[in-house]
Amino acid sequence: MSIQVDNIHTISLHVANKPGVLLRITLMFARRGYNIESLVVSSALDGKFSRMTITAQGAPETLDQIIRQANKLIDVVHASEHNDEEAIAKEMVLIKVKLSKTNKNEILQVIDHFKAQSVDLTQKSAIIQAVGDSDRIDALIDMLKDYGIIETVRSGKLVMARGDQST
Amino acid sequence: MTKKQTNGAEALIQGLEKHGVEYIFGYPGGAAIPIFDAIYDSSIKLILTRHEQGAIHMADGYARATGKTGVVLVTSGPGATNTVTGILTAQMDSIPLVILTGQTITSALGKDAFQEADVFGGTAPFVKHSYLVKEPNDIPRIVKESFYLAATGRPGTVLIDLPKDITSAPCEATHEEAEMDLPGYSFPDKGKAVDIKAAADILNNAKRPLLLVGHGTLISKANKEVLQLAELLQTPVTTTLMGKGAFPENHELSVGMLGMHGTAYANRCVSNCDVIFSIGSRWDDRITPAKIEKFCPTAKKLHLDIDKAEINKVVMPDVSILGDAKTCLKELLPLIKSSEATKPWLKQVNQWKKKYPLNYKVHGGLKAQQVLDELYQITKGEAIITTDVGQHQMWAAQFCKTHNPDQWISSGGAGTMGFGFPSALGAQLGKPEETVVAVVGDGGFQMTLFELSTAAINKLPVKILIIDNKFLGMVRQWQELFYDDRLSGVDMVGNPDFVKLGESYGVKGFRIKRPADIKRTLEKALAYDGPCIIHAEVIKEDNVFPMIPAGATTDDMIIEPPKKKLAKPKGST
Ligand SMILES: Cc1cc2nc3c(=O)[nH]c(=O)nc-3n(C[C@H](O)[C@H](O)[C@H](O)COP(=O)(O)OP(=O)(O)OC[C@H]3O[C@@H](n4cnc5c(N)ncnc54)[C@H](O)[C@@H]3O)c2cc1C
Ligand SMILES: Cc1ncc(C[n+]2csc(CCOP(=O)(O)OP(=O)(O)O)c2C)c(N)n1
Repeated sequence: MSIQVDNIHTISLHVANKPGVLLRITLMFARRGYNIESLVVSSALDGKFSRMTITAQGAPETLDQIIRQANKLIDVVHASEHNDEEAIAKEMVLIKVKLSKTNKNEILQVIDHFKAQSVDLTQKSAIIQAVGDSDRIDALIDMLKDYGIIETVRSGKLVMARGDQST
Repeated sequence: MTKKQTNGAEALIQGLEKHGVEYIFGYPGGAAIPIFDAIYDSSIKLILTRHEQGAIHMADGYARATGKTGVVLVTSGPGATNTVTGILTAQMDSIPLVILTGQTITSALGKDAFQEADVFGGTAPFVKHSYLVKEPNDIPRIVKESFYLAATGRPGTVLIDLPKDITSAPCEATHEEAEMDLPGYSFPDKGKAVDIKAAADILNNAKRPLLLVGHGTLISKANKEVLQLAELLQTPVTTTLMGKGAFPENHELSVGMLGMHGTAYANRCVSNCDVIFSIGSRWDDRITPAKIEKFCPTAKKLHLDIDKAEINKVVMPDVSILGDAKTCLKELLPLIKSSEATKPWLKQVNQWKKKYPLNYKVHGGLKAQQVLDELYQITKGEAIITTDVGQHQMWAAQFCKTHNPDQWISSGGAGTMGFGFPSALGAQLGKPEETVVAVVGDGGFQMTLFELSTAAINKLPVKILIIDNKFLGMVRQWQELFYDDRLSGVDMVGNPDFVKLGESYGVKGFRIKRPADIKRTLEKALAYDGPCIIHAEVIKEDNVFPMIPAGATTDDMIIEPPKKKLAKPKGST
């Protein structure tokens, strides 16, 4: 069965910072046939808890079930899905592009246009840092492809619920 | 004089004592020696088994018979991995167990040290929760948390992996001062009033209701409330295999077990009811078809469960109540009106009972069904019956009616062969006054028969009823019915003489060869004061009916031996 590309879900989890919690969460996603696209884990404010944002691809029918099963794990305090209306989702990317005398200015213009930054500059290459919506980052990468991308590293999505809601 | 410094192992055992642990079922080894040493001075009795699988099934049987949490203690590496089947068995059936595994010293972890196995990682999919202890002072807290997690909410297994340097190191923390730290754990108790009201409205208007009573009812000790509800509503009651005992099967409203090998009348009820109310059952695939929309398509479905992840998992209920069965039923009962409206339905159900009784032919050799039927008659349904897995299990479920909670012990979710006999030993330890009969097949018994030593040494008067058909009967049945009788890998040629085998362990043996032997032999064996084997040599090729092929609907039920070839079932197994 082929899974459509648009079956991508963003799930955020608030978990107790205990050994094995990531193992249990990933095992559960794998067992339900969900492919994890990106995963961001960091310690929450007081160090006793962690935040995870997982983007994963899989059948929407099972998503509700996966979230219930995630909530059932002893160390998971809260798990929920987020969509664009209720939550802010941002990504960061580092892109290393080839530089030459002739294209240097053009590249700097692209950087400027995307409100990105160059964080490392040598004769032959530049590292560009950008933060934004995933679509925008996709577009930036697309633009830079023509100049020759050496490598990219993306953070994966970070999500926070808007307004009074907690993530 | 200063008090002797407590080490991690002693703190562990003290914690177990504080939790009222009577027995530890275990098997020693290097990494667990500090813990065995701590048991030496404790009030807890150690039951030394002959295999770790035996130990964990015994702890499991003890837990099922008493409702208390069972405790297992094994060494690292192979000792721990030998318990994995038992962890799965208990976890699938929501049985509270605490499994203690020795582990290599912390500085050696991850280096393929002697008898090192990543038990924490390897068992993660089969446990409710687990710990790898890295700090001796955490032990009292972890013990507290483990017993709490194992027994509350939806019960399950908790594993504690204990490196040898940690159990040997000083521990200053105490049970009294230890505080649980489980910010992510909670479970519902009271259901939402709106849901309970909505369920009551549907039940009060039902003309053909059916109560589907599962293991959750037993866990919650809600059998009295279920009985009240059934009598008020005047509704038939069916139980799952795991729910046997939650409703007296000799009650006129009982239709017995439903599902793959359930009674024809229970399955007719499923096909024809207008409301089905599951109380602590998880709509397992032995009772629901692969195409779930075909499951009682015209009935309203109500689901009461303590585990939110069970709601909407298999069946999309019209109303769900999230909470403890007993607590929620107590809230529901006052809203239920007693009704006459179900009279025609009960009449219909009674007609089905008359039309499709569970029966067997008494001529043509010794029948397992007859042996089990007579066992039921003689014990009056008052013995604890444990079973292994296979045809004998299904016949026992059909013919050994269960009247009371905690008298039916069977591996349902995992279907683990080798479970029946050791679980009976655990049940007997937990309930020394009761008659315990292990109903086992010749195949499954041979998977854990070495525990005959444990039975003999501890003088556990378990009656082991071996239904010997000289085949792996359940698989043979599938091959006969669905694979053109191409028997492959099911012949138990080379079985030992089970009576002589028992004798060599000091366990008495009885033989049943003919139908005429059954009553007399069973009576003698049941009166015998000690463990014994009852070897029943039944006919080799008999099949369990009724049968719903895996994945099919209740309408596809085969009630009698089919005359024509059957299609391969599409269900899971
Ligand atoms: C060879 C073989 C054949 C089988 N054939 C059949 C068959 O024909 N029919 C059949 O029924 N089974 C059959 N089984 C067993 C089947 O596989 C399942 O184990 C069984 O149906 C599950 O029953 P259950 O849902 O009641 O119990 P469990 O699987 O133990 O589930 C218990 C449910 O109760 C809930 N619960 C727990 N505590 C509470 C509480 N306090 N309050 C409310 N809810 C609670 C749990 O969350 C869970 O959803 C067979 C097994 C084997 C090995
Ligand atoms: C550990 C394990 N291995 C394999 C199976 C598959 N299985 C289910 S029933 C069965 C046959 C059991 O034979 P026996 O114990 O003789 O009982 P019978 O069915 O003949 O009553 C088998 C092999 C299982 N359930 N458990």
